[in-house]
Amino acid sequence: MIKAQQKDIREIAGMVEGCHKVLLAGCGGCVTVCLAGGEKETEIAARALRLIRKRSGKPLETVTYVATRQCEPEFLAPLDELVKDVDAVISLACGVGVQCLAERYQDKWVVPALDTKFAGGSKETGVWEERCGLCGDCILHKTGGICPVVRCSKSILNGPCGGSQHGKCELGQDIDCAWQLIYDRMKALGRLSELTAVQPPKDWSKARDGGPRRLIREDLIADEISE
Amino acid sequence: MKYLSKLHQALAEGHFAVTAEIGPPKHASAQGVIRHAQMLQSCVDAANITDCQTAIVRLSSIAAGAHILGCGVEPIVQMTCRDRNRIAIQADLLGAYSLGMRNLLCLSGDHQKFGNHPSAKNVYDLDSVQLISLMRRMRDESKFFCGEEIKEHEPRFFIGAVANPFADPFEYRVDRLEKKIEAGAQFIQTQCVFDMERFERFMEMVRARGLDQRAHILAGVTPLKSWRAARYLQTGVSGMIVPDTLVERLKNAADPKEGIKVCIEQIRHIKEKVRGVHGVHIMAIAWEEAVPEIAERAGLLPRPGLQRRAESID
Ligand code: SF4
Ligand code: SF4
Repeated sequence: MIKAQQKDIREIAGMVEGCHKVLLAGCGGCVTVCLAGGEKETEIAARALRLIRKRSGKPLETVTYVATRQCEPEFLAPLDELVKDVDAVISLACGVGVQCLAERYQDKWVVPALDTKFAGGSKETGVWEERCGLCGDCILHKTGGICPVVRCSKSILNGPCGGSQHGKCELGQDIDCAWQLIYDRMKALGRLSELTAVQPPKDWSKARDGGPRRLIREDLIADEISE
Repeated sequence: MKYLSKLHQALAEGHFAVTAEIGPPKHASAQGVIRHAQMLQSCVDAANITDCQTAIVRLSSIAAGAHILGCGVEPIVQMTCRDRNRIAIQADLLGAYSLGMRNLLCLSGDHQKFGNHPSAKNVYDLDSVQLISLMRRMRDESKFFCGEEIKEHEPRFFIGAVANPFADPFEYRVDRLEKKIEAGAQFIQTQCVFDMERFERFMEMVRARGLDQRAHILAGVTPLKSWRAARYLQTGVSGMIVPDTLVERLKNAADPKEGIKVCIEQIRHIKEKVRGVHGVHIMAIAWEEAVPEIAERAGLLPRPGLQRRAESID
């Protein structure tokens, strides 16, 4: 899932400086799970913003709403009314949500409250770690289920580089060497010989081929028409 | 028989080769590089030109290579995967060859975090193994990476790679070396050897697989200027092993040149006792002047046939 982190509240306040009334739009998807833009965080952010503005003698009015998922238009209809009488919308969704709102509300100032970090999982309470670089051409079956694209500091496909020592990456003790992990796992699974093949360069056109990548499922489109 | 470079010829003829390292400056004058090359001219077969080592911006390795070529020193141009994508790499390979470079060394490159532009975006479009195989493809199949034919004047480099017997996982280092040789590496320079015992175990595995027959292995050696330098490499650089005994020896030594003595002993040991090693690569970090003395006292001089070989290169 997408992992995100709230920006410093003063930075967010700066984005809506001249506004009198703003809508804070949370999201019930990924950012609720990583405790950055769910119901609770949306309310807290609204309160904090009001406080900052009150202190500076320019009070701010806020309304809040948490969409089930900001990245899908079907969940955005309830926002249409609320948006009408605010000067700006602060989205507490990932970058996708922010853009969906900006697209839908062409004449509104829409700003991000979060920094969208990565696609990752939870390691322990309060700790998330990146797991996928969304490269568009998954090779996890060749690397023992461990992604070298994001977990190796150099995205090396024929690792480990000469800096790997004691299981750690050359960048520091707090980073596991992805290739040590891959080696250990392939060894444990009796599949070390699969690592001897020279992995060819990656086809990055699958990741960046001009403009936003698009996914088209002809079967679903056909279903829709025939229904 | 035609050779790809003088270094290639020296190795192919069975000479125990000597290479050293020249680090280009952080400015736009080649004077230091040239002085350095003149100093090395009679005591090495070729000299590596580092490519923005430790991710610090320096005069480019190819340009520096052109300068030292003018001094009669054959360059080994280092190329890392950190700063160029496959388009820039191929363009630089063509350019380097057109300037007379004949040896190329492929490396991943130090991460930019260690350099003076830690906020740079790294490239790593290719890794070092891929760079090797793609270079061989240009030479042996006359094709660009994409498969398109190079109609004429394909770059014909003597292809080198590095190996680090001191990084982990230890056994897999030999597999990875084999991968590099499989991809097309013809000569290998190792990380600096301080832990001789581990290096010998590494070479044992290398010989058991016959890898020393398929590529020329040059052992990396480094004269340590002080015990503090030794301590730094021991604790501050990932993928290095410096035994405590060595640190202690330097600490207790009365002779300020003890590091040179150690280095000479290492070279003699490697040359005489460690089978499968075809030369040494002397990395005199911040101690370039030491190289001629080391080469002399280790019995590596004169370099055989520097002149004669020059004539048989194509
Ligand atoms: S290989 Fe690509 S798709 Fe698979 S986990 Fe890594 S970045 Fe994600
Ligand atoms: S030490 Fe391991 S994780 Fe770090 S860059 Fe090298 S191979 Fe990648």
